[in-house]
Amino acid sequence: MDKAAIIGIGMTKIEARRDDWTFADMAFEATRKALEDAGMTIGDIDNVITTSNDFWDGRTISCMAVGDASGASDKNVSCVEGDGTFGALYGLARTLSGSYGTTLVTAHSKGSQSVSSLITNAAFDPIYNRALGLDMIGACALQASAYMHRTGTTARQLAQVSVKNHGNALKNPVAQLGMKLSVDDVLKSEMIADPLHKLDCSPVSDGCCAIIIANEDRAKKYKGKPVWIKGVSMCADAYFFGDRDLSTAASLSKAAKQAFAQAGINDPSSQIDFAELYDAFSYQELMWLEGMGLAGDGAAGKMLEEGAFDIGGKLPVNASGGLLGGHAVIAAGLYRIAEVVRQIRGEAGAYQVKKARTGLAHGVNGLAGQSHCVWILGKDK
Amino acid sequence: MAENEHIVIESGEAAQPFNYAVGMYGSRFFKELRENKKIMGVKCPTCGKVYVPPRGVCGPCFQEMKEFVEVGPGGVIGTYTILRFAFIDPETGHQKPVPYGYGFIKLDGADTLFQHYIDLVDEKKVRIGARVEPVWANERKGTIKDIQYFRVVE
Repeated sequence: MDKAAIIGIGMTKIEARRDDWTFADMAFEATRKALEDAGMTIGDIDNVITTSNDFWDGRTISCMAVGDASGASDKNVSCVEGDGTFGALYGLARTLSGSYGTTLVTAHSKGSQSVSSLITNAAFDPIYNRALGLDMIGACALQASAYMHRTGTTARQLAQVSVKNHGNALKNPVAQLGMKLSVDDVLKSEMIADPLHKLDCSPVSDGCCAIIIANEDRAKKYKGKPVWIKGVSMCADAYFFGDRDLSTAASLSKAAKQAFAQAGINDPSSQIDFAELYDAFSYQELMWLEGMGLAGDGAAGKMLEEGAFDIGGKLPVNASGGLLGGHAVIAAGLYRIAEVVRQIRGEAGAYQVKKARTGLAHGVNGLAGQSHCVWILGKDK
Repeated sequence: MAENEHIVIESGEAAQPFNYAVGMYGSRFFKELRENKKIMGVKCPTCGKVYVPPRGVCGPCFQEMKEFVEVGPGGVIGTYTILRFAFIDPETGHQKPVPYGYGFIKLDGADTLFQHYIDLVDEKKVRIGARVEPVWANERKGTIKDIQYFRVVE
């Protein structure tokens, strides 16, 4: 892969509800922050990718409504429906095509404006599944049951993920839901869908994230400190939920393997310094770590209890607070990329990890990890 | 305007209709369900995997599937959850009474899991690996709700 870097990031503060913001207002704020961060003006941006979902936005061709605010006026603009990591992959491909030196990528969502269960229910097959009313929470509860049954991971270990990530979120000014919790607090919180308690579930939030990708030549032209893209891969599992082995993340394993190979990583658990993962639910952090080979199969829960994934641990995971700390659907994966950039630059303040030379960012699209996108970012070209 | 006042824009009774084609596989599946209380799957000629619900292509083999096979109606719970939060039922627009059970069921003879409700008469018996059978609707209309739910059997 030719070299490309992320040279600017902009994150709005993730919030439960922002009635004073339209989608475009959010995109405008994130875009201006990313440009300022990179020391660029909108004239330095060669093309734009926006990332959104029509159901979440309550309109068709939702990407069009944020074009001007994303600086796309009179530019080649295209869009991705899905998680921001997938939008960024498209942005990277356009940059590497040689047609564009710089690409601005935005991803936005306002969970506060809709009934999330109706929207995620609509992701199911309309003929066989949708009428039975399952939504994302129910789907992930089914997956959590299958994962725990197969690996012996315990409810206390799930709760510990929630304790860690909500605690980390207290240190991140962008996070929505910082909380000092105990394992018992999580286990005593309302049972939503067995085995998931309320505090095992991330909120559904409002937020927009923007990043700027540049090719090797352009990466050096601006004041920003480039963070280099070492490897990126995505992989999708079967469409029908019942076709999948829900207790494993086969598509994630494949995506991670490819991304590691691109980055020249042959021993991920020792070569990846830290990770920002898609923890929409507590169990997912453990399951995804195992799926990527950053923990042995069924071993992540024990490593967590030993402190391996703490900010000061061997492999800090979601030092930012992750999705449990604030979950703007669609934007969530792009926030993970931006948080990895922040760490590698050494700008993460109270949640800065000690060793941040090579970091991993991860995004999910679809029900319960149907497709995964894995990014390896590094300080060194 | 008061600071927290919300403007409501409504479209009255207008609906936004959409007609999904169930296709020939869906047509066969729902006919057998309604008329014969049979659950049909389809078998891949290459890998032999039996899919339910039936569809035209085996993804991993990229192979057309034509051989219908009857599966179930009994099976075992592959994974389950018990929904305890009030969910707005997309069918009715109203909150669905909780709790209710949800399962992905490995029907006898099938290789994929089949999504349906699980009866919660005895919650303790709802476990991965528990044997279940369908409870049929009295009046069957050729929809997925021709099966009311699955119940755990001894």
